[in-house]
Amino acid sequence: MARRQIRIGAGAGFQGDRLEPAVVLAAQGELDYLVLECLAERTVATAQRERLRDPSAGYDPLLETRMEALLPIVARNRVRLITNMGAANPRAAGRKVAEIARRLGLRLRVAVVTGDDVAARIRPDMTALESGRPLADYGEIVSANAYLGADALQGALARAADVVVTGRVADASLFLAPMVFEFGWRLDDWDRLARGTVIGHLLECAGQVTGGYFADPGVKDVPDLAHLGFPFADVDADGFGVIAKVAGTGGAVTARTVKEQLLYEVTDPTGYVTPDVVADFRSVRIAEVGKDRVAVGGATGRARPETLKVSVGYHAGWVGEGEMSYAGANARARAALAAEVLQERLGADIPSLRIDLIGIDAAHHTSFGYPHDPYEVRLRVAGRTETREHAERIGWEVEALATNGPAGGGGFWRHVGDRIGIVSTLLPRTEVLTAAASVEARREAKAR
Amino acid sequence: MKRKLANLAHCRAGDKGDTLILSLFPFRDEDFPTLVEKVTADAVKAHLGHVVKGAVLRYELPNLPALQFVCERALETGVTTSLALDPHGKTMSYALLEMEI
Repeated sequence: MARRQIRIGAGAGFQGDRLEPAVVLAAQGELDYLVLECLAERTVATAQRERLRDPSAGYDPLLETRMEALLPIVARNRVRLITNMGAANPRAAGRKVAEIARRLGLRLRVAVVTGDDVAARIRPDMTALESGRPLADYGEIVSANAYLGADALQGALARAADVVVTGRVADASLFLAPMVFEFGWRLDDWDRLARGTVIGHLLECAGQVTGGYFADPGVKDVPDLAHLGFPFADVDADGFGVIAKVAGTGGAVTARTVKEQLLYEVTDPTGYVTPDVVADFRSVRIAEVGKDRVAVGGATGRARPETLKVSVGYHAGWVGEGEMSYAGANARARAALAAEVLQERLGADIPSLRIDLIGIDAAHHTSFGYPHDPYEVRLRVAGRTETREHAERIGWEVEALATNGPAGGGGFWRHVGDRIGIVSTLLPRTEVLTAAASVEARREAKAR
Repeated sequence: MKRKLANLAHCRAGDKGDTLILSLFPFRDEDFPTLVEKVTADAVKAHLGHVVKGAVLRYELPNLPALQFVCERALETGVTTSLALDPHGKTMSYALLEMEI
């Protein structure tokens, strides 16, 4: 029988998110579902490289830590867990989750969703959405993952999985999936899908709707930010919901925090595109209905696109960075002299070289006419190179300023790393075949 | 008299690739018409032109109320390949709030 209301919690909003808010949600939130969204754009490309080195790797590095903390609680409280921590290897992640459950003596059904890895279908002549140029122009392709929708999770939920592990799924779709499953929504019920997508979008960054990325002392005060609680939503069968958090946790859920998150990263509020629906936010209504309780509803929807967005990871060379601080009298001029020296010594070989003065213009590339120089300035240098050797030179040149540069340079730091770039392309839905499989039963089934 | 936007509005920054998205909300609903009148797409482009190399599109959302600014070619190719200290442009909400109207 279809449910009238479900409660979905957001236990992580990015790969490295805090652990304990999810524990609090699972233990005290009276949840039906707990969703952990841990997969940023390039995380999956990094994970793909791990998998190439070791076929049993390529899932989220914090999977074991999170599961060991959460599985006993979700098992006890009968909360179903959904996560994209499968990253580049959902099957291996699913096996690991099942292994942890067995080790902890828990009887949990684990299912994995696959099909997002579309590297085999990507051709170098396909067009990058960002530039209109062929993918071949960017560099060696490392990974290609389609953003799956809520439909891809239905098979796993129908198998009564207690834990559903996926790779790349659109963030909001991770939350929409249990609504579609529990309420039996049709996959062309665009208005309900749009309303559910709005709830999912509000939850997907976890603490960003409960006062994180919001607090501004004296302007937008947030109580007990150090113990920020993560959100849950009570969603009804029409997709209307109330965003709230566990009593006693830090943070706040107000009309302001919800409005800021509603528009976060939305490039077109009249047509927010997901794999499930195109949602129009112009009719969304937001109202505070209690302490830390905000009602949300009213989005309308249009038909989902016939293509799926594919995130393509490519080798983007190396980046070298270096930093050095100057403080006290004439600090800005000494930092500027250091910048001149570095430009002279590195500029010709590293045309991408970028030099900022932290404290002056590093974040906004200007200080909008602020009249006073700060007491201390930190020089920051970064450059992109083809080779590691060139990237190393940047840090060495900054280090050499200690004995060869302006007076009083200290607090030296340097770093070198390779970069994976991300571009997007589109694939017809019909070319992306998804599947759900129970981990222990090892049965594969179509669940498109 | 000119006022800084920071005195009458709050803002959140987000990114999608090379696109910077700035969401602007009046502290008081009655200031929304002032924001609509003064904080135009052209004004934002002029204020942030040293960062935003492409077009600025503005959406009006009187239901919230809010203005949404979609700034193209603003993040030096985007978070994965930018050399900027703040490759996401997360601090840029407070650059918009420096605008005087």
